[in-house]
Amino acid sequence: MLAFIARRLVATIPVLLFVAVFVFMLLRLTPGDPAAIIAGDNATADQVDAIRAKLGLDEPLLNQFMIWSGKVLSGDFGESFFFKKTVAELISQRIEPTLMLSLCTIVLAVSIAVPLGVWAAARQGGWVDRSVMGFSVMGFSVPTFVIGYLLIYVFAILLGLLPVQGYKRLSEGLDEFIVRMILPSITLSTVFIALVSRITRASVIETLGEDYIRTARAKGLPNRVVLLRHALRNAAVPIITVIGIGIAALIGGAIITESVYNIPGIGRLTVDAVLARDFPVIQIVIMLFSFVYVLINLVIDLAYSLLDPRIRY
Amino acid sequence: MASTNTNRPVLDVRNLSIALPKGGDRPFAAEKVNFTVSPGEIVCLVGESGSGKSVIAQAVMGLLPKALPVVGGEIFLEGENIANASEDRLRELRCVRMSMIFQEPMTALNPVMTCGDQIDEVLRTHTRLDPQKRKDKIIGVFEQVSMPDPPRIYDSYPHQLSGGQRQRVMIAMALVLEPALLIADEPTTALDVTTQAQILELIKEIQRQEGMGVLFITHDFGVVCDIAHRVAVLRLGEMVEAGPTHDILSRPRHPYSRMLISSVPSMLPAERARHDGARMVLRTENLTKVYGGGGLFQKTHSVRAADDVNIVVRQGESLGIVGESGSGKSTVARCIARLIDPTAGRVRLGEDDVALLPQRLLRRHRRRIQIVFQDPYRSLNPRRTVGESIVEGPMNFGASRAEATKRARNLMETVRLDPDALDRYPHQFSGGQRQRICIARALAMEPEVLIADEAVSALDVSVQAQVLKLLDEIRERMNLAMLFITHDLRVAAQVCDEVAVMEKGKVVEYGPVADVFLRPKHTYTQALLAAAPGRDWEFGKFEAA
Amino acid sequence: MSIVLENEVDAAAARAAAVARPSIWIRLLRHPSVLIGGCIVLVMMLIGICAPLLGTIPPAQIDPTTRNKRPGVEITVRQDDGSTVQRTVLMGTDSLGRDIYSRVLYGARVSLIVGFSVAALSIAIGVLIGLLSGYIRWLDGIVMRIMDGLMAIPGILLAIGLVSLFRAGLATVIFAIVVPEIPRVVRLVRSVVLTIREEPYVEAAISVGTPLHKILWRHVMPNTVAPVIVQGTFICASAVLAEAALSFLGIGIPTDTPTWGNIMAEGRQFFRVYPHNIFFPAIFLTITVLAVNMLGDGLRDTLDPKMSKRV
Repeated sequence: MLAFIARRLVATIPVLLFVAVFVFMLLRLTPGDPAAIIAGDNATADQVDAIRAKLGLDEPLLNQFMIWSGKVLSGDFGESFFFKKTVAELISQRIEPTLMLSLCTIVLAVSIAVPLGVWAAARQGGWVDRSVMGFSVMGFSVPTFVIGYLLIYVFAILLGLLPVQGYKRLSEGLDEFIVRMILPSITLSTVFIALVSRITRASVIETLGEDYIRTARAKGLPNRVVLLRHALRNAAVPIITVIGIGIAALIGGAIITESVYNIPGIGRLTVDAVLARDFPVIQIVIMLFSFVYVLINLVIDLAYSLLDPRIRY
Repeated sequence: MASTNTNRPVLDVRNLSIALPKGGDRPFAAEKVNFTVSPGEIVCLVGESGSGKSVIAQAVMGLLPKALPVVGGEIFLEGENIANASEDRLRELRCVRMSMIFQEPMTALNPVMTCGDQIDEVLRTHTRLDPQKRKDKIIGVFEQVSMPDPPRIYDSYPHQLSGGQRQRVMIAMALVLEPALLIADEPTTALDVTTQAQILELIKEIQRQEGMGVLFITHDFGVVCDIAHRVAVLRLGEMVEAGPTHDILSRPRHPYSRMLISSVPSMLPAERARHDGARMVLRTENLTKVYGGGGLFQKTHSVRAADDVNIVVRQGESLGIVGESGSGKSTVARCIARLIDPTAGRVRLGEDDVALLPQRLLRRHRRRIQIVFQDPYRSLNPRRTVGESIVEGPMNFGASRAEATKRARNLMETVRLDPDALDRYPHQFSGGQRQRICIARALAMEPEVLIADEAVSALDVSVQAQVLKLLDEIRERMNLAMLFITHDLRVAAQVCDEVAVMEKGKVVEYGPVADVFLRPKHTYTQALLAAAPGRDWEFGKFEAA
Repeated sequence: MSIVLENEVDAAAARAAAVARPSIWIRLLRHPSVLIGGCIVLVMMLIGICAPLLGTIPPAQIDPTTRNKRPGVEITVRQDDGSTVQRTVLMGTDSLGRDIYSRVLYGARVSLIVGFSVAALSIAIGVLIGLLSGYIRWLDGIVMRIMDGLMAIPGILLAIGLVSLFRAGLATVIFAIVVPEIPRVVRLVRSVVLTIREEPYVEAAISVGTPLHKILWRHVMPNTVAPVIVQGTFICASAVLAEAALSFLGIGIPTDTPTWGNIMAEGRQFFRVYPHNIFFPAIFLTITVLAVNMLGDGLRDTLDPKMSKRV
């Protein structure tokens, strides 16, 4: 078992390395002189040179990479050009909203999508099934920000039930926090629910066609037991796979949702950084999100071995 | 006790009709079928694919999908008509009064639950026993099915057991509540012949002990011969003949039964024409294929799929390689055909050694060895006409389309198919016809060696007989050297001149087929021959009616 | 027909098999999703192509006197020669006085161009890489590591990163959206190749001496067509959405060329008061993406029902 974990961990190293290299090369791939871009349009040649020296941009690429990696691994993420703070500070300030939003969304989405998918599969061909399929197609056809604005329009502007935008920390009160989380969570989870319910349904339907389901019925087990204990457990592997992949969509959606609802999270930070060509921030944010994504998929991989004994041994 | 009333049949099926959905090749999957199973007897339903035997078995258990409704007749289980019983009533009866075991034990067991847990489920659903009593009962039934080390099996997952052990688990699961009726749907078809013999013996033994009725579905007349008290022959959903086994096998009345039974190849080796002084076409020397395990953090264990194999095939002769799964017979064939690369050894085709030739040098030798595969449904590209599949080979070696097409037309006649059918697609042919097309494709290359890799194993027995006859004719007429890979000893007895028996990668016995079959020297060969079902019966030798 | 039949079971099977299936085009047109989705996409394409003929004015034309007019209002437009003309703004005007109706219709062009070109490019590149990677083992190892790496970076972040490298524009946006989509196509094609490679008919082709490139072209590639077409339609839908997202965030195509995304982006500020800025492009965008997704679903059901589990 331990060997299995070790192997999976080692397998992620090339991937993480790739991400690091890509992110590192981002600044250096831009046409034009990186130092000049950083210095700005009005800088003098001396200022540009000074920046180049300070950031070590005239050293060989490999050296630069080693130095940069070293810094990153030790927690020195560099300084933001735009915000005049260290990147580490920026991130630590902004991470809570994004984390909270993501957590609420995942919990909401999974607890709706999986039962919905199972229900649709159990009643294949019926009106439940068709509605679920219909809603899921709509769910990933409507852009996230459109859903956001629609919800804001209906619930905040027309009905006045919920606040339009903004975020309050958990520490400032639970009900304030929840009230402001409702619309953003629903907005962000729509795509997720659409995707996960679809795959759940497909996976359960496929599992229901397997031989051991016929055996389970031949044993005289009631339908509910066949569905939940036999079908769902075996269908679980593709389902949690897609949950892992869905987290990638979640990250993208979070950037947009934070923009729509004015939530001061890392998503908003990313957008501001891109508009300002604030490379240190862009680099670290991409790295951060990618690492998290890889980590989550690693956890899911390990979960496979819990769910399916054939993978363990 | 299984059944108290020994006069009343356990299962009484009367005029059962099951409809097929519109657009099928016939309106009924089964039509007005009548048979009974009494306590203490084994009744076999035998037929080819599409005969409806499996459908009938599932109908008794109420497991048919909605697309296949029971539209007529009655099914009496211990006197109760269950043909249209409610789902709740059927659930009460399943595994309690009637049980079913299926063909593929690997897929029939839930891969994520332990074996013990899967049987425990049955007890939890149908009884009120406490956990310890349930476990004792399960261990008890494991012992009853001769399972080694029951506590370990209890905690094991299906993929950790062998095929035979998995089937025993299924049998245990079916018997734990001592039902009156056991339905077995081809339970040994997917098992090796030696394992099959053990399971058949087990079923006979248990049936004797418990006195239950067994409905056994099979396509194998050898199995029928060994275990059935009575047999019913099905054809396209109709029961054409039924009666005591020996009666039916020795004096079949219906022409279809006669045809079917006489198609079963005999275990007695046939008289073969001799080819004295024929030249050696193919010879392997120390042919070895090793699959290595290993990698980071993994235990290394290598498998010698083929180990030091030496065989010879002469012109005009047929060599059979027989063995069970994992014996290496297919590996040897694929190494010779260079579909996989041998690890060591030589494959001599005349003067040339093709075993370790690199790909670009190999190409011109490819036409000399051709292979016909097992699955006729996957051996032809479904998107290309059969004509295109046949001419592909000759055109690779420089033949013009016109020449290749002419050759294809001739070959279609050789394999007794209509030459004008060359522009049809594979899905427009039946399984047996597709296999003939594959033979034509192989012959189009004008090979020196023709390998048949379980080429008839996926065919129904009557179709099989025809294709075997065809292969034998072709070998004789074209003076080909043939290499016949099969797990079925009867097939080897009928079409091979010499036979090599393989076990775990090694050739354990090798010689003329009469010698090996009638005077086997190696214990494994003896075991194989002893395990073949119905080996003592001469199928096709009918007594006067 | 003088085919010799082995037995009656075989005969029955042969009879059933000889019945021809209706042609693929007819099957496609019979499927409601394909029909509806396909028609809507066609309509959108026509709207984009014929935009100049549908009562529009140049979409970039600014008019300070007609700012923020609500839909359905009549406005007076001063021509260059001094005369005035009455016009009804069907979808209102934006904060710079530009006609939303015109911008939305012209916006169809760019949005659809982005969708189609991303789909075409990512498929072309993905199929090539997938075919080679699936068949040539040593190449496979390297390629899959790179694909894993690309897939590790969430799509929109990758797109954002790539956009930040270059100047904003159509080519940049297309490039930024294509790159994250390639790994998925490669994976799909590769898995098809790995499956087909084991099929007996491919082995048969090898043993009759067919060279590798012909095997790939004749036997392997046709099996990739159906899944790739289906995947392509879904990529098209996702690309249209991605372009909208990028524009919404302000890093898409500059606003003198209208796209549905950047029309909405510009309308953000006044959303509470003038929702029509977002409303109309949103409808067109949603309907189009929905139609493409429906088309994809229908194609998948018709071309290869077995695929339904994977996609």
